Amino acid sequence: MATLAEGPDALTGGKETPAPEAVVVRFAGDSGDGMQLTGGQFTLSTALAGNDLATFPDFPAEIRAPQGTLFGVSAFQINFGSTDIDTAGDQPDVLVAMNPAALKTNVGALKAGGLIIADTGEFNKRNLEKAKYDVSPFDDGSLEKWQVLAFDISALTLEAVKPFGLGNKEALRCKNMWTLGLALWMFDRDRQPLIDWLNAKFAKNKVLADANIAALNAGHAYGETAEIAGPLKQYHIAPVESEPGLYRTVTGAEAISLGLVAGAQLAELPLFFGGYPITPASAILHNLARLKEFGVTTFQAEDEIAAIASAIGASYAGQLGVTSSSGPGIALKGEAMGLAIITELPLVIVNSQRGGPSTGLPTKTEQSDLYQAVYGRNGDAPMPVIAARSASDCFECAIEACRIAVEYMTPVMLLTDGYIANAAEPWKVPDPASFTPFPAKFLEEKNGPNGELLPFARDEKGARPWIKAGTPGLMHRIGGIEKNPGTGNIDYSPASHQLMTDARRAKVDGVANSIPQQEVTLGEAGGKLAVVGWGSTYGPIHQAVRRARRKGLDVAHIHVRHIWPLPTNLGDLLKGYDKVLVPEMNTGQFKTVLRDQYLVDAKPLNKTSGQPFTIAEIEAAIEAALA
Amino acid sequence: MNDMTPIAKFQTTMKDWETDQEVRWCPGCGDYAILKAVQRTLPEIGADPSKTVFVSGIGCSSRFPYYVESYGFHTIHGRAPAFATGIKLANPELDVWLVTGDGDGMSIGGNHTMHILRRNVNTQILLFNNEIYGLTKGQYSPTSRLGTNSPTSPLGSVDRPALPCAFALGAGGRFIARAYDVSKDLGSVLKAAHAHQGAAFVEIFQNCIVYNKDRFDDFTAKGVADQNQLWVKDGEPMLFGSVKSGGVKGIALDIETLSLKVVDVVDGDWQAAGVIVHNVKNRAIAHMLVEMPFGPFPMALGVIYDDPRPTYEQTTLEQDAKARAGKEANLAKLLGKGQTWTVSGTAADPI
Repeated sequence: MATLAEGPDALTGGKETPAPEAVVVRFAGDSGDGMQLTGGQFTLSTALAGNDLATFPDFPAEIRAPQGTLFGVSAFQINFGSTDIDTAGDQPDVLVAMNPAALKTNVGALKAGGLIIADTGEFNKRNLEKAKYDVSPFDDGSLEKWQVLAFDISALTLEAVKPFGLGNKEALRCKNMWTLGLALWMFDRDRQPLIDWLNAKFAKNKVLADANIAALNAGHAYGETAEIAGPLKQYHIAPVESEPGLYRTVTGAEAISLGLVAGAQLAELPLFFGGYPITPASAILHNLARLKEFGVTTFQAEDEIAAIASAIGASYAGQLGVTSSSGPGIALKGEAMGLAIITELPLVIVNSQRGGPSTGLPTKTEQSDLYQAVYGRNGDAPMPVIAARSASDCFECAIEACRIAVEYMTPVMLLTDGYIANAAEPWKVPDPASFTPFPAKFLEEKNGPNGELLPFARDEKGARPWIKAGTPGLMHRIGGIEKNPGTGNIDYSPASHQLMTDARRAKVDGVANSIPQQEVTLGEAGGKLAVVGWGSTYGPIHQAVRRARRKGLDVAHIHVRHIWPLPTNLGDLLKGYDKVLVPEMNTGQFKTVLRDQYLVDAKPLNKTSGQPFTIAEIEAAIEAALA
Repeated sequence: MNDMTPIAKFQTTMKDWETDQEVRWCPGCGDYAILKAVQRTLPEIGADPSKTVFVSGIGCSSRFPYYVESYGFHTIHGRAPAFATGIKLANPELDVWLVTGDGDGMSIGGNHTMHILRRNVNTQILLFNNEIYGLTKGQYSPTSRLGTNSPTSPLGSVDRPALPCAFALGAGGRFIARAYDVSKDLGSVLKAAHAHQGAAFVEIFQNCIVYNKDRFDDFTAKGVADQNQLWVKDGEPMLFGSVKSGGVKGIALDIETLSLKVVDVVDGDWQAAGVIVHNVKNRAIAHMLVEMPFGPFPMALGVIYDDPRPTYEQTTLEQDAKARAGKEANLAKLLGKGQTWTVSGTAADPI
């Protein structure tokens, strides 16, 4: 992928540089500076310009961290271009730093020769001290390897919004729009959608709308003027060639919510969502609470346990119960998952993983709940596990989780992570009619050979019948105690427990027969090296493998969606490679599962910094493996 | 039952509510009497077994659903209220009875007990209080009296007992009643609980024959019941005792200390003695009755408080219906919502 950095001065005044294929921009500022909003709106304008994109919002756990501090920096990175974009980009080409702390914490990531745009208005003594700068970085030569465009954005913003008579504090809050205006100019973007958005957002406060629009326009005008004299150049990134259709941007949390609604429709069931606030999973509850017309009931429970318990209760009464959380909350739900497994009721559990253990890193991403998902319950408690690889993939994965839950009468865990939940990407709006429905069937009459009711009789898939509480004449009792294989009555006998343990295991193993064979995502089946990933590492693995293959290396990318049970051909597929490398944002959990299941010598590539892999990190590991 | 969709009276007999499962409580356990009282009450209220659900947690009492011929869900320790809430939100027509114990409902599940009451989910909550952990072999429980000797408190328990009815009222409960296992009036209390629209909390003192035998004899034993039980009835004076047992007494309000006191009633003239007439809607008096210390006072039994207000599921579903009104559930439109763009080509847009 030809990026800006391949010509160090590509963006900043080099002669006759070709238009770059992709650019990485990072907006960084104080958490009160509105960087997430700026990034979100820039994302939208990027999507509207027809570029492919990936984003990475990175913000502190504190709601309002003390102003100007290093730990209060909030950043939003976007990678966009005229080719396929799978990651938010390794290193930014452009860093917008709204204060000294933002510069200090982010400049290290900037490519050599990259451009720094900084607001000198914030580089006063107090803020420099808070950022632990002894002298201004503009004066000590420490920024020499980058291009610096430092000017007083604060003053320029105040000047631009002066006619609207805002207070100093309110006027300065328009800084992000000024900066966005400049960014829009740099990448030749239409301002109108932003102006429409501002008018809608501040519909009740015309003065604020006008002031923000004025700031946006002023930033844009500044770009035009500065071009004449300064290092700033305007770039046009051509639209990516995409499949024809209707597109929108979507985050993982949005796609999961939409996928759950779609899944419930395909199952022809009302959706019941029991949740408890937790970062980064809460967004799903927020989204679904506004979709009541789709037969959605949402319940904010008193705790994580009540959230899953209410969802199981709803499934028992004939709705599709769903709950969601993040690692610590999932831990609390463990006992109830066991109950859903032994009572064999459908349930979807969404885990938006974050750094752990314990509270860990609430706003940072990790993939370290895989053991918890696959193994983390008392007793032999098998449960299907699916992992989404990107924001848009969440939609299909949520539908798939609903399908397995309903068809197999089992809880299913859907793994996503903080990165996917918050990151946005363009999404070709799917046609709901293109998905195969899986209508839920409820038992209406007694099913035994002698006219008796057998709540734990099994169909050809090993699933028991779903009996909606309230169905006339089908009264029966279920619970967490081991039961008789047919009647479901309490039965602790050795034979019964053996039989039921085996039946539950066989049922979940059998899910593998309903999922697609594992495909090679990029490259050939068999060869020197397979890079096997799951979840949100898709982007960096895919790009790294692509780059390595361009260099002529014999490497393939395999990305696994169905973590448990695994696709039936995966073992044979992996045995066709000399080496298997498993990059994960944990200490090697999927690697262990693969070794256990297939006795393959899978090697780990681990990262637990709370940040996604860069392409370069995986590329280096591929080269080392093949050296 | 739900007042939005009245359920027709259903004809059953007590026998219809018995399952084919062998009851596995210890012989002589108070749970048997409660089971019989419930099975006697269900036909009387015209309950339909197909629309009735018994939900329980873990413990001796929580085996209850296995013995009632209706829908039954034996869930996990302490969480029955949360399961019941999901069931009621999914199908408010189901008549949900919750069976819990002092360990299940006041200890591990205290949080959920609080929230089902606060939300006012239309259920009957039967808390069997035997003041001990039975199924785990006799450890002291959150309702055990001070100084209770048990395997985990060999020197006597030092933590003060919780008062389930005071807890329930404090959590916002709108129906609070008390009875005991072998009481002939348990049935009428259950009927009143069922008639109440909203979360109805019933504490039932229950004799654990093995680990806490005859713990409630001080007010349930034959010779003392008369002077030690105060059965409150709406609109009737709070009287207890009899001439035979040493005099009729009543409960009056001490205006100066704003507390209750026991007064003697002479020649049946309770008005002269200042005895309070019970009003089930009087929350202040209810607070005093559930806190009334046994010993100086009798044990308050019967329907102590009953003042309904809209139920959680009714309010939620009405709000949801309002939110749905006039809106079309068009998934294709929902997926294509927000700022979109079209990449032109030959393929037709999905919408």
